[in-house]
Parts: sequence; C-alpha cells; structure tokens
Amino acid sequence: MNRPHRGAAGSRGLGTMEVKSKFGAEFRRFSLERSKPGKFEEFYGLLQHVHKIPNVDVLVGYTDIHGDLLPINNDDNYHKAVSTANPLLRIFIQRKEDADYSAFGTDTMTRKKNVLSNVLRPDNHKKKPHIVISMPQDFRPVSSIIDVDILPETHRRVRLYKYGTDKPLGFYIRDGSSVRVTPHGLEKVPGIFISRLVPGGLAQSTGLLAVNDEVLEVNGIEVSGKSLDQVTDMMIANSRNLIITVRPANQRNNVVRNSRTSGSSGQSTESSLPSSTPNILANFLQGEEESDEEDIIIEDSGEPQQIPKAAPTSESLESLTQIELLHEPTQNGFLPSNEMNLNHSAGSISMEYEVQDPDHKSLEEDGTIITL
Amino acid sequence: MRRFLRTGHDPVRERLKRDLFQFNKTVEHGFPHQPSALGYSPFLRLMAIGTRSGAIKLYGAPGVEFMGLHEENNTVMQIHFIPDQCQLVTLLDDNSLHLWSLKQHSGASELREEHLLYLGTESGNIFVVELPSFRVLEDRTITSEAVLQRVPEDYCNRRSCELVEALREHPKNPDQILIGYSRGLIVLWDLQNNKVTHHFLGSQQLENLYWQRDGSKFISCHYDGSYTQWPVSSDNRHPEPLENFVPYGPFPCKAISKIYWQTTKNGLPYIIFQGGMPRASYGDRHSISVVHGSQQIAFDFTSRVIDFFIIFSSEPTAEFDDPSAMVVLAEEELVVIDLKTAGWPAVHPPYLASLHCSAITCSHHVSNIPLKLWERIISAGSKQNIHYSSMPWPIDGGTNIAPDPPQRDLLLTGHEDGTVRFWDASGVCLHLLYKLSTVRVFLTDADPNDNMNPLGEDEWPPLRKVGTFDPYSDDPRLGIQKIYLCKYSGYLAVAGTAGQVLVMELNDEDAEHVVDHAEADLLQDQEGYRWKGHEKLKTRDGPVRFEAGFQPFVLVQCQPPAVVTSLALHSEWKLVAFGTSHGFGLFDHQQKRLVFVKCTLHPSDQLALEGPLSRVKSLKKSLRQSFRRIRRSRVSGRKRRGGSGNASEVRAWSMQGPDYTVQEANAKFDQDTLQEMELAPVQRKIEARSAEDSFTGFVRTLYFADTFLRDSSRHCPSLWAGTNGGTVYAFCLRVPPAERRMDEPVRAEQAKEIQLMHRAPVVGILVLDGRSNPLPEPLEVAHDLSKSPDMQGSHQLLVVSEEQFKVFTLPKVSSKLKLKLTALEGCRVRKVTVANFGSCKTDDYSENDLAVLTNLGDIQIISLPFLKLQIRYPCIRKEDVSGIASCVFTKYGQGFYLISPSEFERFSLSTKWLVEPRCVVDMPEVTSNNHVHKSGMENAVRKSSTVLWWDKLVKHWNWYP
Repeated sequence: MNRPHRGAAGSRGLGTMEVKSKFGAEFRRFSLERSKPGKFEEFYGLLQHVHKIPNVDVLVGYTDIHGDLLPINNDDNYHKAVSTANPLLRIFIQRKEDADYSAFGTDTMTRKKNVLSNVLRPDNHKKKPHIVISMPQDFRPVSSIIDVDILPETHRRVRLYKYGTDKPLGFYIRDGSSVRVTPHGLEKVPGIFISRLVPGGLAQSTGLLAVNDEVLEVNGIEVSGKSLDQVTDMMIANSRNLIITVRPANQRNNVVRNSRTSGSSGQSTESSLPSSTPNILANFLQGEEESDEEDIIIEDSGEPQQIPKAAPTSESLESLTQIELLHEPTQNGFLPSNEMNLNHSAGSISMEYEVQDPDHKSLEEDGTIITL
Repeated sequence: MRRFLRTGHDPVRERLKRDLFQFNKTVEHGFPHQPSALGYSPFLRLMAIGTRSGAIKLYGAPGVEFMGLHEENNTVMQIHFIPDQCQLVTLLDDNSLHLWSLKQHSGASELREEHLLYLGTESGNIFVVELPSFRVLEDRTITSEAVLQRVPEDYCNRRSCELVEALREHPKNPDQILIGYSRGLIVLWDLQNNKVTHHFLGSQQLENLYWQRDGSKFISCHYDGSYTQWPVSSDNRHPEPLENFVPYGPFPCKAISKIYWQTTKNGLPYIIFQGGMPRASYGDRHSISVVHGSQQIAFDFTSRVIDFFIIFSSEPTAEFDDPSAMVVLAEEELVVIDLKTAGWPAVHPPYLASLHCSAITCSHHVSNIPLKLWERIISAGSKQNIHYSSMPWPIDGGTNIAPDPPQRDLLLTGHEDGTVRFWDASGVCLHLLYKLSTVRVFLTDADPNDNMNPLGEDEWPPLRKVGTFDPYSDDPRLGIQKIYLCKYSGYLAVAGTAGQVLVMELNDEDAEHVVDHAEADLLQDQEGYRWKGHEKLKTRDGPVRFEAGFQPFVLVQCQPPAVVTSLALHSEWKLVAFGTSHGFGLFDHQQKRLVFVKCTLHPSDQLALEGPLSRVKSLKKSLRQSFRRIRRSRVSGRKRRGGSGNASEVRAWSMQGPDYTVQEANAKFDQDTLQEMELAPVQRKIEARSAEDSFTGFVRTLYFADTFLRDSSRHCPSLWAGTNGGTVYAFCLRVPPAERRMDEPVRAEQAKEIQLMHRAPVVGILVLDGRSNPLPEPLEVAHDLSKSPDMQGSHQLLVVSEEQFKVFTLPKVSSKLKLKLTALEGCRVRKVTVANFGSCKTDDYSENDLAVLTNLGDIQIISLPFLKLQIRYPCIRKEDVSGIASCVFTKYGQGFYLISPSEFERFSLSTKWLVEPRCVVDMPEVTSNNHVHKSGMENAVRKSSTVLWWDKLVKHWNWYP
C-alpha cells in the first residue's frame, strides 16, 4: 500500500533541489541532488552538521504539498519527502526530549496556532498522554481492514503485513463446523476456525482476529472444501502478505456500513459490487508483486558465503523495485499498454510478467549494485 | 482487455490438450497385497487370486491379466472356477457368493448349462444351489440326519456331523460326492437316490480329502499330521482304512491341511501335502512336502501358505495325472516348482514378482534403453538365474493381443537391504532382469557366506528354502536412497542411508578389484557440531570379487554419514554430485578426486547436526497426528465413497511406523482418538518460514547443465543445487577437454546464489534452451537421440519449489514469470518431472510439459515455458503418504506408485503411450457334452444357523478382454 509513493524520485530527476531547514529559531539553506537523495542516515548527519548539533537527538519533519507536517525517520519517508518537494523542501527539526509528537499529522500546519498554544501551555497537553505513532525507525502498517464496502457486514477482511521475521504471525487454525443457510434449510458444514492467538504475535496485536473466528477466504480464495492442511499451506504461502476473510465469532463489533467514516478503501457506500471487484483484484495483484522481487540473488561470491543479512540487500533491491513502479500507477489491476505487446498469449492472475524494454535494461545494468 | 484474454479458453489449445493428455490407471504390477484365496481352472489354464480387500485377479500367459473388485471390499475366502466355463464363483467372508464371468466380445452365443453348487455349512447340512440363478434347491439339501441314518450307533453317539470340512466329486461318476465332516466321518453320497452309499469312520479330526484319479481310492488328511487311504468298492459299505501314515512322526505333528495324490505312468505316485511338520521343532515352518518314491522334499516358504494347486494332465481320457508343476501362493510371494525336472527347481515367474522381498526405499525409471545396454543387463541377470528351471511358464491360458511395447523401459528399485533390482517395465508384466547388491563393498556384521550352508543330505525333515521374500535387513545403513543410471554409458550411481555414494560400471565378466574410496567432509570448518546418528559403513580392504554386471569402482562416503538426499551423475563430464542434510559435494570419478564440497547448514540448525536420533520424538508426534488425520478422513471418506479402500489407508501407514501394527493402531483409534479429538482438536500453526527453521540446509535437488551462467556469450558446465530452505546454489565448472581430462583438475567456482523469499523447499531445477526446450541428458546428443540444444537464444532457469514454479532469465537471474501453486490451491509439489507428450492424432507433434504430483495426490500437467496449468487428475488418495512418496514419472508421461508395499500401480497421462493389458481368453471346446458339471465347495459357509442368508448374491461382472 505504501509502495506506490516510495520512490518516484528516479523518474523525475531535475537536478538539484533547495532545502530550507529550521532548528529552533535558526534556518539553514542547502541543496540536494534530487535524483540521488542518498540514505536517511546520511541526510540526518548532514542536518546535524549544518545546524552544528552533532550529538543532539532530534526529530526531523517536513511540510508536504498539503501543508501537513510529516516525519522523516526512515529511508522511505525521506525519499518521499524529496520526491514531493516542490520546489522547496521545508525541514523542521525538534530536539527529541522536548519534541511535540502531536504536531505531526494532517492539518498540523493549518492548526499551527494550536500547536503554538500547546507549546506555550505545556501543562495543558501533559494531561492528554499521546500515542507515539511515528517514532519506530521502520514505520510500517501492521494490519488493515479492507473492502468493508463490498463485504457483508458479518464478514471482515483483514490484511496482515509481515515484514522480516521479527514478529511471528502468531495464530493457529483448526477444523470445526458452522451452520449455513442453504436452499434445504440450515445445514451444518465443516469450516476452518482460528483456534489460538499467540500472545504478542501479529495477529493478536492487531485486535482484528479472535479465537473462534471462522476463516472464509485466504487471499481471495474460498477455503470451503479445503482441508485444514491445505488452508495451512495456503496461509503460509501467503504469509508475507496475508489477507484473511473471517466471520468474527463476536458479531457485536462489526463495522456498520452506512457510517461514512468506516470505509477504509476510500470508496463511498454507493459503490456497487461490480465496480469494486477490480479493487479486490488490485489488492491481490499488488500483493503478488510485493512478495516477489525479494528473492535474493548473489552473484560471483568467491569468498566464504553467508546468506546476507536482509538489510543491505533489500536496501539495494529498493532500486530494483523501481522497475516495477512504472506499472504501479495503472488502475484496477490493468497492466500498462507496453506490456500488451508481450507475445505470451496467455497467463493467469498468478503470473507476473516483467517487461524487457530498453528503459528497464538500463536499470538492470544498474543492478550491479546487488552484486556482492 | 488483457485480462479477458487471459481467462478465455483457446479452443485450438483445448482440442490439442485432448489429443495429448488422458489419465488412465492401466495395470497393477507386483504381488497382490494380502492374498487370501487361490483358484485354478485347468480348462482355461487361468489362475485366480483373491485378496483381503476384495480384489480378484486372474492371470494366464504372460500379458493375460484381468482384475475385478468386489464392491463390499471383504476378504475373498474361496475361488472356484466353474468347470468348462468362463465363470467363477467367489465366497467372501460375509458369506456372500459372487458369480463372475469372462464375457467374450466376439458375440458368440454362450452355452449356458445347469450348474449346481454344493455348499457345506457349519451346521453339517449341505445346500444345493443352482447357477447362475443362485436358487436354492431345497428338496436336494443333504441334511445331517439323512447322513447319520445308517451310521453305527456307537460311532454316532460319539460324534455328530459337525461342520462340513470337505466335499469332493467322484472323478468318474458325477452322481457321487464324498462328504467329509470335521470330526472324522466321511460318507459317499449318491445324488440320484439321495442316500449314503458308503461310510468311512475316521477317528481323527478331518482336514481335507482327495480322490485318486480312477476313483478306486481316496486319501484323507488330518489334524494330527497324518493321512489315511481308503478303498472304495461296491461290496464293502463300511471299509477300513488301507493305510494310516504320519509322515513326520513319531512326535506330535501339526495338521496336514491339504493333500494331493497324483498318479504317474511309472507307478510311483506323487503325494503332496501342506503342513504336517513336527510341532515342537518345526511347527513354525510354512511347508509343503512333495513325496515321490524315495525322493522327499519339504519346501519351506518364507511366509504363510495361503493355498496351492498342482498342474496335471486334465484330459479326461488320460490315464494318469502326471503332475508337471506345483503353484504355491504364499502370503508374500508366488512360488512355482517344476515337478518334471530332477531336483524340482523353482520356475522364474514372469509376473507377480515380489517387489518387496526387501522393502522398497526408492525407485528410478529410465525410458528407451538402447538395445546394447538392455542385452548386457539381461545377460548379467541370466547368470544370476541359473538355478531356475527352464520349464516354460505352466499357467498359459489366454492370449496376449497387446502390441509389442514401443520401447524398452527399465524400472530400478532400491531396497532396504542394499540391493537394486532392475525390472523390465516395458510391458504389462513387470519382470526382474537383474539384481545388484552393494553389500559386498562393505564390512557388515553378517557375513554373507555364513548362513548359506546347504542343508545336509541326512537332515530330517528334508527342508529346502524356496522364495526370495526376506524383509529383514542386516543393517539399515545399507538401504538405497537414490539411483541414477546413464543409459548411454552404462554408468550407474547409487547412494544410500549412511552417506555412501557408489559409482559403477557395467562389466560383462566377473572381476576382482579394489574400490577407490574417498571421504567428503560436508561440515568443513563448522565447529562444535556433534553427529549423534549412525556411524559410517566400514569398507572392505583389498580387492573385492564382483559378479558380472554393474561393478562399483568408486565409493564416496559423506561425513557426517547422513542419508543421501539427492544425487546427479554426468556421464559425459564424468562427475557425480551428491547432497545430504549438511551440504553437497562434487566428485570427479575419472580422476577419482573430490572437486569441492559446500556446507549448506544454517548455523542455528541444530537438528540437522545431531542426526536422526533427536528426531524420534517429533516423528512419533507427527505420526500420531497423521493417524488422527487418517482416522478422520476415513470417517468422512466412508460417508462419501462408501468406505472404499479403508484397509489400504491404514496399510500405507503401517509401513511408515514399524512399531505400529495395523491392529494396534486401529484399536487405539477406536478407544481414544475420537474423544481426544473432542478435547484437543487438531490445530495448525500459521507461521512464515524463516531462515532459522530446521533442515533448511537439506539438499533436495542437484542438476547439471551446460548453460550461460556468467555471461551471455560463453556457456559453461554448471552444477545447480536446491535446498529445503529455498536456496539455489549455482557453481561454474571447468572440465578439461577430453585429451587432457586426466591431466588437469576439474575446477568449480560458485557463481550464483538465489534465496527464494518464500523459502519453500526447492524440489526441481531445470534449464531451458533458446527454444525453451529442456536441455538434453548427457550423451543424448552424442548418440544422435536428441537435437543439440539451442545455444543462440537466451536460456531460462526454472526453479520448482514445493509452493511455486518460477522462471528466471539467464545469465542475469531475474524473475520472469511464475505460477503460485500453494497460494492458490493449498497443495504442494511432491514430485516433478519433464515429460514428453505426443499427440494421438498426428505423429509429428510432441511437446514437453511438467508432470507434477502434489501432496493431495493430484497430478497436474503444466506447460513449458509459460507455466500454464493444462489439466489436473486425482490419482492417489492424499492420506496415502507412502504412495505419494513412491511415485516416479517416466519421460513419456507414464508413472508408477506403490499401492501397497508389494504393488506398483502404473498410470498413464499420455494418449500415445499406454501400457495396459489387452488379452483374450478363448473358450476351449467342451469335450463331453452330456457331462453334468458340478463343483464342490468344501466348508463353504461357516454359519452356525441352518439358514443360509446372503445378500446381493449374484454378481455378473464383465472383464474387458
């Protein structure tokens, strides 16, 4: 979901870019190579250097085109900041110890007065302990409820984002039976249920899944008629981007559909089913792509080899993913026209094509970065 | 728009698919699992075998096979052919009778005569049933009261007519039948007058009866190990026995359960009987004794004797029986003894081979064997079979009308005892060609020369071991795990349980030579690891004598001696690659030098380092879960399919867990599993795989390819390895040219390493050439049997993991397309092979596809190079884990899998290559038309009540001839 924005930097590339950085009352101006912004750590060091605050822990923020104050604390949002700055990148630096986290967020810059008043009356905001949401160095979505507008109210489609191996998915499934309404009346049919949540696991921490929830679909594929082992294998195969549709055991917390605030996929309640189907597809297609490019390829390593740590490689792969980004702005899962001349006559949703056009070639040559 | 194109079906392709693919289970090879009954028709010269799962199989001349299955899946107790008819009656253990007939397709009208079936019951009454209507003729019932009328008072008091033990029709006079009751009373019954004509007052518990050919005498055999001859003449109505004899006395003996009296021209009869061994010292033997004058041999079988019959002259005009062969159905094998040749040697059966003489551990199929190699293997095998009789196969009914097999195919099976058996798998009869043993290379506890002492002349009883079934392995480390045969060069690589890899060469002569020995330390510098598994095998020092055939010349032993999990041989480069759970290595068998080893262990993988012992606990646990699963699927399966094949479901598992017997397992289920399921339901953990998982270093596949590994201008030999953790290693090889092959070393350098992010085990690696065809096998091009690969276009790499198929570009490895199997269907790849499919419509079209077997037992065909699912067939039940594990595909779209420890099911995915029985049984002329045919069934219905009741009595079944 956050990928489309990640790094259009490469495609724009208009030489240098002006940066205006504010720390306390001081301003610094300098320029950055727009096409090669570098890493966040380097930028952070640069800011400390230009403001002459080498050993001060600071929070970095910038104003985006909507005037919102957004944090810069990892490579992703740093690149995003660089790519969207037009023409000037405004940076705001705060000391970590007296940072005001509530300053970040939507409408923050238009609420500036409020921010000021908060700063002026610190005792006021102490009363409301705030949740730090932007501090983790790798700020990433953990889970989401999707397709609320097209699913029956009794169902819930949950997406779990699994990055790396730090936090286990942490749930178990079992066989069971549920009651269905069929043309012949009520019928008991076998079903798959969540049997256990591991404390501290991803599934539990989202609060979106619970014991005895019935699993209806895994990444868009119905589980009815499939065995427990099959469903297990499907979930594990999709574990990097798992979308489970459940019928929650507790039906009291269901999202009420005609409440306008609930639609997470941003569509209005009027959207009819056919028009939103491609949306699901888009989700799945995106999921497909997401898990793919990450195969690590190491070439010509003559030295004693270890499986490299994920960090440097995935970072360098980031530049490779740009190839994919060219396709991303397309809508509803349609692939862009340059892919249509592929002479592969057929394919299926599960397949992915990589186009071998000249642009990509040149990018692939750049792929030497990944050569260790 | 593209999306619509994708989902739409291409009608041209759909038509082509119909011409290319078709799924058939064609024939079962091997020995029927749990045989329970045997029948033979001297008229048709066909043999019938019934099994405990209700199957009935007919065999005649090689290639003549029929199979049927009783719907009830009950044990077949007895099989009786109806004389002079293509029909047989079976009795199941649910007391039902079934009539089967072989229908002719020629349309000739069938002559139906009245046949009567005599059923002896436990109550002592004999019922007469008319065939084919199965109508009971009540007025002809022979009641025990009628039989006892003229029996002397004192005899009658002592014993009543308990159950009917034997019924035998008089050989000359069909109006008389001999009835034997279990307590010893035998009567001759006249059917015309409905009365007893003779009483024979036996004093021993009766087991069986047999008429002498002329009807003047009969012989009875008894529970105490004796047999008795009785005269039959019209003047004496209460004859005394002529002779009573205990062949293995004087100490108490076991019962003689069946006896034959066969007359010969020279006057000396053959007396052939089952059992009768001295109870104390030989009571556990499964024996059949043949006595002919002064010659006597007690054939000692390796498993329980189910039944046997004698093939003798069946011409009614012939004066003597003149037996020619004895056919014995034992529980685990079929043994045929030639009674014509001096010494009574065994006959090599052309079918019904005991595949499981030692448990099958792996199999390997090689298609299209060059004639030269084929002949050399046969000649090596014939030297091993000199002790067999030269008699033509005596069961020769029916005619095989199948065309000659299109090519010569070999199926190689590896066994637990360290042997490799070479089977002719070209046609319907799976026939043993040659047996190779790797044991001689190693020092084992049991010296093969120790226990093979021939029995001394004066030993009594004169036992002689017959048969090949020997499930006991001296040393489990000898077990064969991987086999690779190069059909062009005759090089064979065999790898086993204790990390041993043998490279062999075919030699037509006996030879004595030293086997070069090397060790491959796969752990290299990894420190602090402890191998808790078995030790490596000790090798024999000095030269070893090898018989003609495949003779090992190189032995590589992996260290630690873990089971070899993958093997590849390149006969052109003279390289062999092998992998275990620790890593893989490459050996140059020309220079006899280890080229390199690579450790694939993840530092955290403690389990792999400790060896198999530490896994015992988890194995037990998984076994228990599997049983639970089986149980559940059995319950649900019964609802769906009426419980077909339940016995085999459990049976499949009994192979896996040696300390579980089926009964134990069943009992356990019945008691607690269901309740246990209520308390603690089976649950599965959902967790992404990580690098820290166990056995990620396990090498699953090895592959040699001449391709573009480094750059797109020069290709070079390469070795590819795939692991359980989803890693693919590619090594660039430098093989010196032929003229300097011995002078320069082979060099290897790692060129690539691919870590699949989904981390599923890599089960197959394949390189496609510029025309997207798989690279040919080594030496295939040199022998003009394949076009040379296209080296102009860019090559592609196909990596098959358990979950996905992915095509990468070469030399720059980038993902091109993929098929996600598990994510979409929840099934995992178990076996994958490239197969060539020819069209049944045109001779000039063929294509290569992937044949895939999944863990659900489905077979899928996936196109190359676009990875499109073509077609899917359910093949093996998903509970049949051993069946799925045993499956091998052939190069031309056929396959084999074990349906029991002793049987391969053969299937075909191709419309073009189909090996299935095609045969006819011609009805021989009926010689005597006025003869009323009767078939005696002894001891048929064991029910305590006098009322016979059976459901679904009549079964007409058409066999496709």
